[in-house]
Amino acid sequence: MLRYVLLRILSTIPVMVIVALFVFLMLRLAPGDPAAVIAGDYATAEDVARIREQLGLSDPIVVQFFRWVGSLMQGDLGISIFSGKPVSELIAQRIEPTLMLALTTITFAVLVAVPLGTLAAFKAGSWIDRFVMLFSVGGFSIPVFVLGYILIYIFSMTLKILPVQGYRSPFTDGLGPFLLHIALPSVTLSVIFIALISRMTRASVIEVLEEDYIRTARAKGQSEYNILIHHALRNAAVPVVTVIGIGIALLIGGVVVTESVFNIPGLGRLVLDAVLARDYPIIQGLILFFSFIYIVINLLIDLSYTLFDPRIRY
Amino acid sequence: MIHRMKRRHLLAAALAVPLAFGALAKDAGAESVLRVIPHADLKNLDPIWTTAYISRNHGYLIYDTLFAMDENFVPHPQMVDTWDTSEDGLVWTFTLRDGLKFHDGAPVTSADVIASLERWGKRDGMGQQLFANTASLEAKDDKTFVLTLSGPYGLVLESIGKISSNVPFIMPARVAATDPFEQITDFTGSGPFVFQSDEWVPGSTVVYTKFADYVPRDEPVSAASGGKVAKVDKVIWTYFPDQTTAMNALMAGEVDFFEQPSPDLAPLIATNPDITVEINDPLGGIGFARFNHLLPPFDDADVRRAAIMAMNQEDYMAAAVGDPVYWRTCYSVYPCGTPLENEAGSEVMKTASVEAAKEALAKTGYDGTPVVIMQPTDIPLLSAFSLVTAEKLRNAGFTVDMQAMDWSTLTSRRASREPVENGGWNLFHTWWIGADVIDPMAIAFSGNPDAGWFGWAQDAELEEARSAFARAATPEERKEIAAKVQERLWAIGASGQLGQFFSPVAYRNNVTGLIKSPVQFFWNIAVE
Repeated sequence: MLRYVLLRILSTIPVMVIVALFVFLMLRLAPGDPAAVIAGDYATAEDVARIREQLGLSDPIVVQFFRWVGSLMQGDLGISIFSGKPVSELIAQRIEPTLMLALTTITFAVLVAVPLGTLAAFKAGSWIDRFVMLFSVGGFSIPVFVLGYILIYIFSMTLKILPVQGYRSPFTDGLGPFLLHIALPSVTLSVIFIALISRMTRASVIEVLEEDYIRTARAKGQSEYNILIHHALRNAAVPVVTVIGIGIALLIGGVVVTESVFNIPGLGRLVLDAVLARDYPIIQGLILFFSFIYIVINLLIDLSYTLFDPRIRY
Repeated sequence: MIHRMKRRHLLAAALAVPLAFGALAKDAGAESVLRVIPHADLKNLDPIWTTAYISRNHGYLIYDTLFAMDENFVPHPQMVDTWDTSEDGLVWTFTLRDGLKFHDGAPVTSADVIASLERWGKRDGMGQQLFANTASLEAKDDKTFVLTLSGPYGLVLESIGKISSNVPFIMPARVAATDPFEQITDFTGSGPFVFQSDEWVPGSTVVYTKFADYVPRDEPVSAASGGKVAKVDKVIWTYFPDQTTAMNALMAGEVDFFEQPSPDLAPLIATNPDITVEINDPLGGIGFARFNHLLPPFDDADVRRAAIMAMNQEDYMAAAVGDPVYWRTCYSVYPCGTPLENEAGSEVMKTASVEAAKEALAKTGYDGTPVVIMQPTDIPLLSAFSLVTAEKLRNAGFTVDMQAMDWSTLTSRRASREPVENGGWNLFHTWWIGADVIDPMAIAFSGNPDAGWFGWAQDAELEEARSAFARAATPEERKEIAAKVQERLWAIGASGQLGQFFSPVAYRNNVTGLIKSPVQFFWNIAVE
């Protein structure tokens, strides 16, 4: 097991190198020039060239790449071209809102979706099952920003019980303000994950319920509740956990719309702003960071399989 | 016992919940706070390094200036107490006011002023012209400095009192010693508010606190001039990338002031009786269609003028801005409502007829060379301008190649003087805020392709007139020369002008003291 974990961690190194190279080249080959953005409307071509020089953007790409890699080796993700702040500091400023949003969303989604999916599987073909599937299709179909605006209209503008926007930290502002501010974005974002996880749970549980050992359990007189919770659900957990893990990874890197609609200063918005302004160090640093998160989460998912299925050994 | 414990837990929970939720109200303490939605994200903090308007507004909060424009665009002393000029107008002596301090407590001295002006003079267009006409700038003592010109130059006070980017803000000499092409890292200011660097979250929040030692002037406030009295303890900028969320936050009372709601949201915001929506910038913005004068077909003035004839300002404004409350036609190259407004030579822009454009184009020998229009799809106003131009030009007989891209790509590509097949371009759209094109010295009106603006218009007569404007001594003389410059700009078809539009501000009714100005200032504003 330990050997497996170490090997997996070591295997991240070539993946990160490939990602770094790919991201660096993609950015340099894409059109757009941060120097031109900085120089603004009044600049002459000479001004732009001077700024490029100062930013080190007029050096050959190979020189720029090795300069960046050299900094990375020392744990330095670089300095934002526009704000002049270290990329690691910018990520540190933004990681908490995104992480909290991801965790509350997934927690809420799992708490709703797993029972819902299990119930739908247990009552397969019934109106409950059809309702869950209908909700699932709806959850996939409704765009996040539409749902977000609807919830803001109802809970913030009409009922006035929840704030429209912003983020409060549970560590510095208190649990109450945190929950008040995170409620609407989490519910909005969780709908699509409830749809996804409940579908996956339903399909997985239905498959397990047809297994021989379930028939055996029934023959031995086990209650349906016991069969469902202790036999079916646990055996159906592996694909469900995979979806949950991928969901967390997606949430950390891809919640830009929700962060914009609810004005949460998270990583999604940071990367979008950086792309629009061609702030290369931020984009490079964030993509590397996201890659690392994906790798870690995938590793954790793989390790968690051993908890649900004793046959899996590393 | 169990029963008692449960009751105790319940009591604790009942107390904890309101306490925790009550933390929400902690901002509403004794200090007064102005919560602002700025027009853009403050990405960098050096208003000399960048021309971004948001950095300029940040600069006005934390720095002071030597002179400042009033609402009629007349410069008045700000940090300067007294000044005089020699009879020949070549030697200018300035003395600073008493009590001027930087945020670190150090006094503002002539050395700080000279270093700040020199740094600004290396980046700003007007600053470069001022220093090109300067023989020396020297400190006489800690509070007095002398500017000696090398020849007649009529825009000394207009230059050091210019209202928009780059504004000659006064920084400590050690900060102003930074290479003008590098960002400053020390944000010690000289203005009415102090920047809180540890609370700055790029892309989200900027916090300023009142500078207790700032000494405002006694004169009443008028645009950038007059007493800069900080009437709130704290100004918090929270950037909203989404306009609808910003509107909802204002309507729900989570913010006090929305600097630039889009005109299509303004009517909805105005339905809230607790909110005022009004135009605060009397000059607004001026839409521009910029030709590349170096490449065919727009290397021919007659072809450019034919294209301008097809442009109808009303169509552009209706498509891009909408509600006529927020726009008007304006055929002066200087914003309508400003001292130099005139209509000399503007018949070509007033034509607004595709038929007339077609006729004019037929006489030019245009051979069907495609016109590459760069369309920045991430900026709705400019995207709409591009679509209208494409249709107008097609109808007038041009072959149009519309290329969609983001603004960042456009800003990079517009710097290219190469042929189209090597990454060049023929036309793009932008807008200038009125204060930036208020007189012939604006880079938008340059006729010198070596030091001029993208598109690189070339016209010796135009440049001669602009130089004469800089030397002019009286307002009457300036007005006359400005009209000549305008006539020449239309004669060569330098750019198409697409109308004057105004962005409203929206604020809750407990906010008072807004200053009418092309730049958003935050002094004099109180929250009741």
